[in-house]
Amino acid sequence: MANEKNVASEEQLLYATWLEKGMLIGLVLIVISFALYVTGIISPVVPLDELSNYWNLPVKDYLAAVNNNFLHLQHPPTGWAWLTLLGKGDFLNFLPIAILSGITMLCYAVIVPVFMKKGDKAYMIMAIVEVLILALAASGLLKAGH
Amino acid sequence: MKENRFTGSLRTGFAVLAALLLAASPVTSWAAAAPADATAWWVMPLLLLVVTFFMGIIAVLGGVGGGVLYVPIIGGFFPFHIDFVRGAGLLVALSGALAAGPGLLKANLASLRLAMPVALVASSCAIVGAMFGLALPAHIVKLLLGVTILGIVVIMFTAKKSDFPDVPKADALSTALGIYGIYQSPDKTMNWQIHRTIPGLLTFIIIGVMAGMFGLGAGWANVPVLNLMMGAPLKISVATSKFLLSITDTSAAWVYLNNGAVIPMLVAPSLIGIMLGSFVGVRILKVAKPSFIRWMVIGILAFAGGKSLYDGIKAMNAPHPTSTHTQEASHHGK
Repeated sequence: MANEKNVASEEQLLYATWLEKGMLIGLVLIVISFALYVTGIISPVVPLDELSNYWNLPVKDYLAAVNNNFLHLQHPPTGWAWLTLLGKGDFLNFLPIAILSGITMLCYAVIVPVFMKKGDKAYMIMAIVEVLILALAASGLLKAGH
Repeated sequence: MKENRFTGSLRTGFAVLAALLLAASPVTSWAAAAPADATAWWVMPLLLLVVTFFMGIIAVLGGVGGGVLYVPIIGGFFPFHIDFVRGAGLLVALSGALAAGPGLLKANLASLRLAMPVALVASSCAIVGAMFGLALPAHIVKLLLGVTILGIVVIMFTAKKSDFPDVPKADALSTALGIYGIYQSPDKTMNWQIHRTIPGLLTFIIIGVMAGMFGLGAGWANVPVLNLMMGAPLKISVATSKFLLSITDTSAAWVYLNNGAVIPMLVAPSLIGIMLGSFVGVRILKVAKPSFIRWMVIGILAFAGGKSLYDGIKAMNAPHPTSTHTQEASHHGK
């Protein structure tokens, strides 16, 4: 049956190592970016004292109002548009959030070669498909709205 | 003596939490009625930080994920729209899972081989759930959320747990995938294997959709399926479930993020508060009285689920609740 010792497999340990690094980077960065945002060191798109006028709106109305009143872009900032707004305090916080949301994809990608080396085709395919699914979710191609 | 003192402190903490929620409630109704520029901007994130701190303690002591408490409580008692609360709820559950995941994997309590096929199903379905959730009107989401939370209360009332479920023979699929392992507890070491893999995977379709739709971490559903249906030992099920959330919630979180349903002012204090609360919760877990805490969590969920259901029903009878807000905010922001 299984190994006689309760030791995690090579791919499991590799996954854990990458997950730990990504998680720590993301959490430290979110504390820093939030501090830069709320202290006003980096000014936000939506002024702090006006934010409460917007957070009770449905997301579609919120984006339209923020774009209409502050950003004046051709389209409301959805998908990866936040990358172009990283100089703003509120949008800077999307960077650590994206790191926290993206680290799993990286963890799966790094264990693919291990499965390949072991000849474990089923799990290799599963890992590749999972990367593709997460990449699809992250791509911004999936639109939803009321 | 120590337990009595602890229980007393916890009751005080619970009273503080209730008072904070009541304090937030008038803000909810007021914020829905008029622009909120009368209150300093920092009040709400500070309140959120304190509430999520207590929530983090209660979640650890009650053995539930942060998301399942977060969404109904913050959605029910704070002025944030449910779209943003669900996005933040996913990120709260995701962060907790990311923080716990490495340790659980290294200790071989969470099983990557068990999690990967399940995650494939659950994460794909969480994307569908998230898209459904963002497409549905808010009052329908609140209604369904209320029903779901009350359903979770029933599961918590009735679900049994088995430390070492009897799995006489592994099924063909789990054998082919090599899903088995060794579980070591202080008093025994045992080999574990699973069965009913296909029904288990099919159940994760529903769990994934619900996790994405409501922004809930799905530990409340993962553990019974892994433990009672598929036959993994309880501790392996709990650890694998926690790790699994880091994958399931990732896919749904991206959908919310890409659709703009993330407000940093809501997410950051919540993450910080719930993580600080979790650290404190772990420390006082040793002297906690599990039955009392379990009843407290059931009570909180029943109350929050009932409120969500009530809000959903009330909004169904109200004429076009969102259109006026849009105009007000647009006008005010100019």
